[in-house]
Amino acid sequence: MELRSNIYSDEKLLKKLLEDKDITIEDALENEMVINMGPQHPATHGVLRLVLRLDGETVISAVPELGYLHRGYEKMAEEMSYIEFIPHTDRLDYTATMCNNVAYVLAVEKLLGIEAPKRAQYIRMMVAELSRLAAHMVAIGTYAMDVGAVTMVMWTFREREKIQEIFDRLAGARFTTSYTRIGGVASDADSVTLKMVRDFLDQFHNALDEMDKLLLSNKIFIDRLEGIGVLSKEDAIALGVTGPNLRASGVQYDVRRAKPYLFYNEMDFNIPTYTEGDCLARYWLRGDEVRESVKILYQILDKMPQGEILANDPKHTLAHKTEIYTKMEELIHDFMIINHGINPPVGDVFFSAENPKGELGFYIVSNGSGHPWKMKIRSPSFCNLQAIAKLCKGAMISDVIAIIGSLDPVMGEADK
Amino acid sequence: MEFKELVVEKLKKNFGESVKEVSDFRNDLSVTIDSNKIIDVAKFLKEDSELEFVMCKDVTAIDWATRKNRFTVVYHVYSYKNNFTLRLKSNITEDPPRIDTVSSIWPSANWYERETFDMYGITFNNHPDLRRMYMPEGFQYHPLRKEFPVLGIPGSLPLPEKI
Repeated sequence: MELRSNIYSDEKLLKKLLEDKDITIEDALENEMVINMGPQHPATHGVLRLVLRLDGETVISAVPELGYLHRGYEKMAEEMSYIEFIPHTDRLDYTATMCNNVAYVLAVEKLLGIEAPKRAQYIRMMVAELSRLAAHMVAIGTYAMDVGAVTMVMWTFREREKIQEIFDRLAGARFTTSYTRIGGVASDADSVTLKMVRDFLDQFHNALDEMDKLLLSNKIFIDRLEGIGVLSKEDAIALGVTGPNLRASGVQYDVRRAKPYLFYNEMDFNIPTYTEGDCLARYWLRGDEVRESVKILYQILDKMPQGEILANDPKHTLAHKTEIYTKMEELIHDFMIINHGINPPVGDVFFSAENPKGELGFYIVSNGSGHPWKMKIRSPSFCNLQAIAKLCKGAMISDVIAIIGSLDPVMGEADK
Repeated sequence: MEFKELVVEKLKKNFGESVKEVSDFRNDLSVTIDSNKIIDVAKFLKEDSELEFVMCKDVTAIDWATRKNRFTVVYHVYSYKNNFTLRLKSNITEDPPRIDTVSSIWPSANWYERETFDMYGITFNNHPDLRRMYMPEGFQYHPLRKEFPVLGIPGSLPLPEKI
């Protein structure tokens, strides 16, 4: 057994790879090989590196290596005011920027003990669900592309583009939205925007059915996913997997239902679950979730209340620029908030929200000053990736691609 | 009885002196326990039939910089049965920063503890695979410690050698 250890100078990693004696195949290792998948591999959804130990085409053990996109957001947050950090949440899960924005400001609001007005919360809920659609469109499209159905990604990105047009109008940016503010949202959703959302939803049903037809009649797609990468219910819980991947394994856990935030308790929606826990179930589940999100979005549009979009709390929320330029009181508060921060009380809170990838949590420790003493981001992709080593064991090397795609990690979030 | 009170009562009954502090801020229950007892408490929380904290959501640490017990290791555990998140805290001293691993009880803690080790330099005793999570192996420092500058330390990241 000759491993070219000079290539893998990382000795600890190699040791970890070799000590895995739990070999799933009966034969002695005949064609042992260590290959390095990623970090620059198109099917790893970013810069995920997997070191695989193979016998022929069978994976004996896999060791994921993270950190190629580590930007140190937790460190940077300690040097920033609470407001300054909002744009950085865009860069966590960059497929669902709005969801991150919403989760972050809700965490800070929990720490401050304030609440945004009802209309602002409804708008937040709307953008979060739209963002969930956009993220699932990426997930489904790239997943299908990974396993060979390349057309799919064109269709899903066509739909995603329409969502981004809505964000463009609402937030002024398609991708890096930074839309939410502490105590509300940046700009009101006018009637044109709401109509754009409704028009989008009206045609989205057909698009979804088309996509289903495209993949359901594709025998190769089904064959490549069915029964691959089975994650049992017990393993999913033990490994801390959340989100669609957990629900595909048969646990009915959704933060929107378990710990309702915003106004999700007023919404009527189901939590789809599957019991198979394989790659195909994870695909179905995302499709079902998209349909539930559409249901929620229609309800939001019907119930959208009138009113303010920023809380009337001058010590904690930044006033609108036009007011700052014309009113003395607002100018003073703006000066104080920008220079000294919003100074939440001493204490620590953990707030988590249901993101497209799973449960995104923010743990914020405040010492009463304008910037957090510590901020921990509990990112769902990081936890979901922990299951990869288990799922890949005993799989073929082509299944590894399907497994990564089905877990749908976003490295911006996993590496922070 | 409310579930919060039940948790606190059960912990106090079983671990008495080891439960140092109980706080409830913004409806988040947080219990500080002795760092020597972390394994026992974790096992109890997971296996007690009324509590069943089966999922470890997060493990991290706080660097208090100037306090006597410099680090606080923070665990967030969740019970599906009771739909409740509990925060466990444990204070440890600076040298050497050590605490037992809970990854044998909650397997998901494996990576979180690696991350905490990488960022704070806290050693988790008996951890199966205590490697760095994000930073390269050759890196000398622990970036989330308060003494580490935000701009980084020049020359601390090993660059690939010229061939």
